[in-house]
Amino acid sequence: MKQNLYKYILGIADNSLILGQRLGELTGHGPSLETDIACTNISLDFFGQVRSYYQYAAKIAGDKRTEDDIAMLRKEREYVNVLLVEQPNTNFAYTIARQFLFDVYHFLFLTELEKSKDLTLSAIATKSLKEVSYHQRFSTDWLKRLGDGTAESKEKMQEAIDGLWTYTDELFHQTEADKAMVLEGIGVDVTKLKEAYYKKVDEVLSEATLETPESKWFQKGGKQGIHTEHLGYLLSDLQYMQRTYPNMEW
Amino acid sequence: MSKNWPLWEVFVRSKNGLEHRHCGSLHAADEDMALENARDVYTRRSEGVSIWVVESKNITASNPENNGEMFEPAHDKVYRHPTFYDLPDEVKHM
Repeated sequence: MKQNLYKYILGIADNSLILGQRLGELTGHGPSLETDIACTNISLDFFGQVRSYYQYAAKIAGDKRTEDDIAMLRKEREYVNVLLVEQPNTNFAYTIARQFLFDVYHFLFLTELEKSKDLTLSAIATKSLKEVSYHQRFSTDWLKRLGDGTAESKEKMQEAIDGLWTYTDELFHQTEADKAMVLEGIGVDVTKLKEAYYKKVDEVLSEATLETPESKWFQKGGKQGIHTEHLGYLLSDLQYMQRTYPNMEW
Repeated sequence: MSKNWPLWEVFVRSKNGLEHRHCGSLHAADEDMALENARDVYTRRSEGVSIWVVESKNITASNPENNGEMFEPAHDKVYRHPTFYDLPDEVKHM
């Protein structure tokens, strides 16, 4: 089995899975009917993407595990998503900030992944890019709307950006599997996306009349399976059905 | 929150060549948000290739109380339907 490729795919897929689950929590709880549906649409885009990734990972693994086993039955420490995507829906400003900070990265990442020598990953990237372009448009519009809105919305939006800022740098960390995949022309060198990312984020924040945080102290660990306390609760929701009724199907 | 947002009417064209059809309404703060909300609420099952939104207050509607004088006079004027012509057999799809 191609161990590095397998790990590399999980590194991409877990981000989408966990963020998709977070957005899915808003089903029926969004601030308005329209934003509720928008967030769950985005969630479903992510779940569509992760199916392609996990199906591919299951094929690479070559054992009896299916896409569902890989998605649903790992332990917390075996998930390698970045810390940013597991942060809770504290309020709508946090939901938008988390989405925006991830979307800008995700778009840059997929644009590069499209050039991968691995044709499956390249094809998934092409398909996902249209969805992610819309995600970015949605979160950017809301960021500007709330940042440049009322005094209260501006304060909340700034607080959310400040609160999540510490999780942005991890997006550009490389694991050993990442480095190996870059050498093979399959993976994306995320360190090269960093400059474009912070430039874009800074542009949008200033358009939204918000301050770009100056803190240089960043959290990390997600890519090594060391998570914030929030992931365990999320997984207990996500995995409940499969753990309680093993092998159940719809 | 949405209580403060105005109401918009949404028209979706399902295919090129067909007309935009009214499919519902939604709340939004302005036209950009209305368009995005319409995309999310009314085209998520591939219903459309084009969307129009118009703020509901800009639509002038007939008053149902006047339905008698507005519409009943047409009921007994069947000759306004083009059904009194003999069509040649060659003409299809009429």
